[in-house]
Amino acid sequence: MNRRTVLALTVGAALLASGCTGTGGTSKGADAEAPGDPAKVDGTITVLTHRTDLVQDGTMKKYAAEFNKTYPKVKVEFEGLTDYEGEVKIRMNTEDYGDVLMIPAVIEKKDYPKFFASLGSQAERSEKYRFTDYTTVDAKVYGQSPLGAVPGFVYNKKVWQEAGITDWPTTPDEFLDDLKAIKSKTDAIPYYTNFKDMWPLTQWTQVNGSVSCDEQATTKLAEGDPWAEGADLRTADTLLYDIVREGLVEKDPTTTNWEASKPKLAKGEIATMWLGSWAVIQMQGAAKQAGADPADIGFMPFPAQKNGTFCAATLPDYNQAVNVNSDHKAAARAWIDWFTDKSGYADANLALSPLKDAPLPDVLKPYEEAGVKLLDIDDTKGAEVKSVDNQSEVGIYKPDYRQDLVDLARGARKGSLDDFLTGLGEKWTEARKNLGS
Amino acid sequence: MTDTTRKAARPVPPAAPAGPTPPSAARRPRRWRGVTPWLFLIAPLVLLIAFTYAPIVNMVAYSFTDWDGVSPQLHWTGAGNYAELFTRPELFEVFFVSGYYLAASVVQIAAALYFATVLSFNVRFRSFFKGVLFFPYLINGVAIGFVFLYFFQDGGTLDAILSLIGYDGDRAWLGTPTSANVSLAGVSVWRYLGLNFVLFLGAIQSIPGELYEAAELDGANRWQQFRHIIAPGIRPVLSLSVILSVSGSLSVFEIPYIMTGGATGTETFVIQTVKLAFQFNKTGLASAAAVVLLLIILAVTWVQRRLVPDDKVDLV
Repeated sequence: MNRRTVLALTVGAALLASGCTGTGGTSKGADAEAPGDPAKVDGTITVLTHRTDLVQDGTMKKYAAEFNKTYPKVKVEFEGLTDYEGEVKIRMNTEDYGDVLMIPAVIEKKDYPKFFASLGSQAERSEKYRFTDYTTVDAKVYGQSPLGAVPGFVYNKKVWQEAGITDWPTTPDEFLDDLKAIKSKTDAIPYYTNFKDMWPLTQWTQVNGSVSCDEQATTKLAEGDPWAEGADLRTADTLLYDIVREGLVEKDPTTTNWEASKPKLAKGEIATMWLGSWAVIQMQGAAKQAGADPADIGFMPFPAQKNGTFCAATLPDYNQAVNVNSDHKAAARAWIDWFTDKSGYADANLALSPLKDAPLPDVLKPYEEAGVKLLDIDDTKGAEVKSVDNQSEVGIYKPDYRQDLVDLARGARKGSLDDFLTGLGEKWTEARKNLGS
Repeated sequence: MTDTTRKAARPVPPAAPAGPTPPSAARRPRRWRGVTPWLFLIAPLVLLIAFTYAPIVNMVAYSFTDWDGVSPQLHWTGAGNYAELFTRPELFEVFFVSGYYLAASVVQIAAALYFATVLSFNVRFRSFFKGVLFFPYLINGVAIGFVFLYFFQDGGTLDAILSLIGYDGDRAWLGTPTSANVSLAGVSVWRYLGLNFVLFLGAIQSIPGELYEAAELDGANRWQQFRHIIAPGIRPVLSLSVILSVSGSLSVFEIPYIMTGGATGTETFVIQTVKLAFQFNKTGLASAAAVVLLLIILAVTWVQRRLVPDDKVDLV
């Protein structure tokens, strides 16, 4: 057993090593300029994507066919990767990581120019597109997300109505009371943590910005303690803690199942989950399959208001970028532009369009009607936040600390919430100081 | 006396060594004879070096850098990673979890020994039971993880079985650190029992049958046969199993990683290392942790070999 573990670890290391001695980032700072005449662009480009489902069911091929109407000489091939992060990370030590790819989370922002070709200046792109500052290095943009999402609670309207709740809660306490009402008046599980699948817990970090209604919320993370009294993350984590503490969650969080949770929410066995607007279409799909009414799936913002208004951050999906080593940068750039502007990919996913002037998707109609303010969070300091997060090993974008938080709340771990959050804050501040020096 | 038995056991083949060297061998150049075994060894050696030793060398090299796993840049940090490891005692707290697996491996070895002994005698459906016991070891670890997730689920298989025999089921088996670790260690016993069992069975069957016959004539019962023939006869295999169990307990990975991902106090040292490397992008630090684990295991093995020297089996 020992040998095998070591072997597995070392084989991984060897793969990384062999690439490391390669040519990672020799050609630095290339541009992928938008082609002038679509008829002249040619070449075969490979697009790496995490949407294996769309590659398999032929949806991506349809996009490619549509794309060929404008760019007849470009052949687009797709490569769907199941473990996208893991596989691409290793491939990025070589030159062979497709022509177009989604920027893996692991790549540090400052390394973008070594791996990707620039799409243009931020000043220019930000007029038309959202999320440009998420990939901006030295005023140049290196990626573009084809869709965006807004965080929120996905809930079953019928269950909430059965419990006699008509209005969205506006404070965490009200939200707790509502969940308690659901527990006492219905058979549904008021809130489902998806503890075992881990990543749904990381979604709670997206509360950041919603409480303070501040576009500089990410900058605040980089410059302060995210768990200071009254800070966004403290509010979010306290609410999660209270929900679990009050027993308003499933009985055994350690064996939850994401796929199974979708039809359960659709059928009203689960009342609420904190996810994002991207989840609504999946829940509606699950509802259709389970024979429930897709119209029962509701979506509400985090229960916090500033001056009587709800706020919600807009968040990009994976950002598409052009491989700096690509031989067909023009064709690759053409694909990204077309996919972002004209493919209808965002619409098909009921997602927020990356185009600033596009109308909001139907999913967000309730937000529009309730006057929820959408915040385009300033991500200039996003890279710093990530480094502090990794350095401190807190993991605000990782599931571990929230799993500990849930364990703490249900008594499987000793300690108090205050000590726990203070401990996180201390680790965070210390890492921040170490990096700053 | 020993000599006579040896001769009786291994009679000298009549023709081979006495005859003259075959002509074909004589014509072959002498130096090839030295090379031949190495020719056969090329393939395994290349594989071994390429996939075991070269990576270990690489890993050791990374452990002295601050590499994040992707960046083309890495900096030499000297012993910085090791200094960090040893100034953060909380990184070694996870070894307490290994205690559960260590305890489980005692159960595992005892059970394997029991079954191997029983099934080495003439029992009805012997082969069938051997198959049943060895089968779990053939299943992929990932599949086992998923199967047992359903098994331990709230109201899952285990709860259903318990309620059949009158216990009130319906409890969260992976819910608290103690019950989660015990459950996971139980899965590990279920999985690796077959391997120990087969090792023991093989060793037991290599004990000459006359010994049992002689013992039975002298009136020895089963327990006495086990105590004085089987136990000493399989000592090397037994001590090997103990070494494997200890090092295995220190480096548990698959089952807890798949089933709980290290949540609820089930994090082991390897899971922690993997998280350092792939979650927090501290590949350098994680390499150092892996090197430390390797050294710990080598040290433990060495101590064990010291305490229990590998004596020759001397039954006759």
